Amino acid sequence: MAIHRDLREFPLKAEIRVRSGETLVLIGENGSGKSSLLLSISGILEPASGKISLGDRILYDSTNGIHVLPENRDIGLVFQNCAIFPHLTVFENVAFGLRRRKVPGLEIRDRVMEHLALVSLENLSNVRGDQLSGGERQRTALARALVIDPALLLLDEPVSALDVVAQERMRSALRTYVGNANIPCIAVTHSFKDALSLGDTIGVMERGRIVENGTPDEMMRSRNGFLHQFFCGCRWEYNVHGSGCSPD
Amino acid sequence: MTGRSYFRGRNNLLLTIGAGVLITLLIIFILTPILSLFFRITPGQFLASLSDPVVWNALVLSLVTASISTLVIIIVGTPVAWINARHRYPGRELVDTLIDLPLVLPPTVAGLALLMAFGRMGLIGGIFYEYGISIAFTTLAVIIAQIFVSIPFYIRQARASFEQLDQVYEHAAQSLGSTPLPTFFTVILPLVKAGLIGGAIMSFARALGEFGATIMFAGNFQGRTQTMPLAIYTAMQGDLLASITLSVILIIISFIVIALVKFRLRGYTAR
Repeated sequence: MAIHRDLREFPLKAEIRVRSGETLVLIGENGSGKSSLLLSISGILEPASGKISLGDRILYDSTNGIHVLPENRDIGLVFQNCAIFPHLTVFENVAFGLRRRKVPGLEIRDRVMEHLALVSLENLSNVRGDQLSGGERQRTALARALVIDPALLLLDEPVSALDVVAQERMRSALRTYVGNANIPCIAVTHSFKDALSLGDTIGVMERGRIVENGTPDEMMRSRNGFLHQFFCGCRWEYNVHGSGCSPD
Repeated sequence: MTGRSYFRGRNNLLLTIGAGVLITLLIIFILTPILSLFFRITPGQFLASLSDPVVWNALVLSLVTASISTLVIIIVGTPVAWINARHRYPGRELVDTLIDLPLVLPPTVAGLALLMAFGRMGLIGGIFYEYGISIAFTTLAVIIAQIFVSIPFYIRQARASFEQLDQVYEHAAQSLGSTPLPTFFTVILPLVKAGLIGGAIMSFARALGEFGATIMFAGNFQGRTQTMPLAIYTAMQGDLLASITLSVILIIISFIVIALVKFRLRGYTAR
């Protein structure tokens, strides 16, 4: 994928490649263009130029005038604020994508309940979206994105509202899911735990560009100032020792 | 500190008394004429007047025409409000201004304008008249007049509701494979229904109370174009009781409308 789009203060200009079964985690400061990048890949924002392909399928190609609409991209997207439909129950939220795909009723029930079990929400299937806590909304959003068997998974802060135990369980479930489904996944996060445990590769975004990328181990050794702050939680100068780092 | 607190406390007391007096005067100002109507008629007289053909015809005609007008307003106004809320196009501000125009236009001017457009000699009415179709001074004219004066109430409310709705819900529906029309009916409409119902009720109430444009464009014929406000005006000349009965009915309907908008719809508001 290589796209170009003007954001408010700077252009979004990114070139990334994610293999099936692997997760690219994007980190960066607020407003660096991470979420805009996800929305561009999903088709909700249209890039000014570039090319996005998913396997052999071209989703966007400015040269040939191709722009597959978001509803036809088969991309599972978890929004930063979850975007749970407040007027629908948890079950109907998760079933939404399947109903649009005209999946038979019995199959919908089975698949929805299976994915609600995956995120431990089977007991809340009849609760309306506007009655859920932040963590429950996030788990519903994950189940809703996964149930449609997406060809690509885009996650914007996918576990940020969960408690520590649930976060670990969800990261593990996501890793397993991406591996088993053998689909590429791009996740945006501000958590270094997410980055290390979810990411096969990590990309650092700065003012709309991916300025550095590599495996978690490589990134831990990086001398990039933002990465130091990200992984170590402080801004001073560091000496890097092995996979960790410590202040001078 | 004590002095300042004392003055602040005394100021608060004065403000409270002042506000209380103002609110009481305002309530008396609004309630006195309304209660005066209720005091001028006994329940027996009220019920007896209801069987008066003038009252009955006006009541039925008003309810039927206002309902049809509101239905047309919802069908036409919803997509227009949606387009103006979500899409930018050349002349959008002009369209918005034109939609709001009937709000400030004197109803008699609106009625005259409608007559010039849809009357026998009018721009559009002339064409219809050549095919033997008369619009002015018919029940259809009542409906057209009601739509003209009350459509801004609905469109303004609907547009505000659409604008307030976070677009992320549309984006989520899209990402799940939903095309625009199903997204509109399954996601957007349920989330803005409180606003739309509120707008429709206000439009209905305005249509029900419409007088000036109707009398200019549709005339005042009992059973055909004589709506409740027109019947009240006509009955004033001879049958004051019928006039009061119709006024009381209109007040009750107006009160129900406002109560519905203010209280009932709160439960629908999407969080």
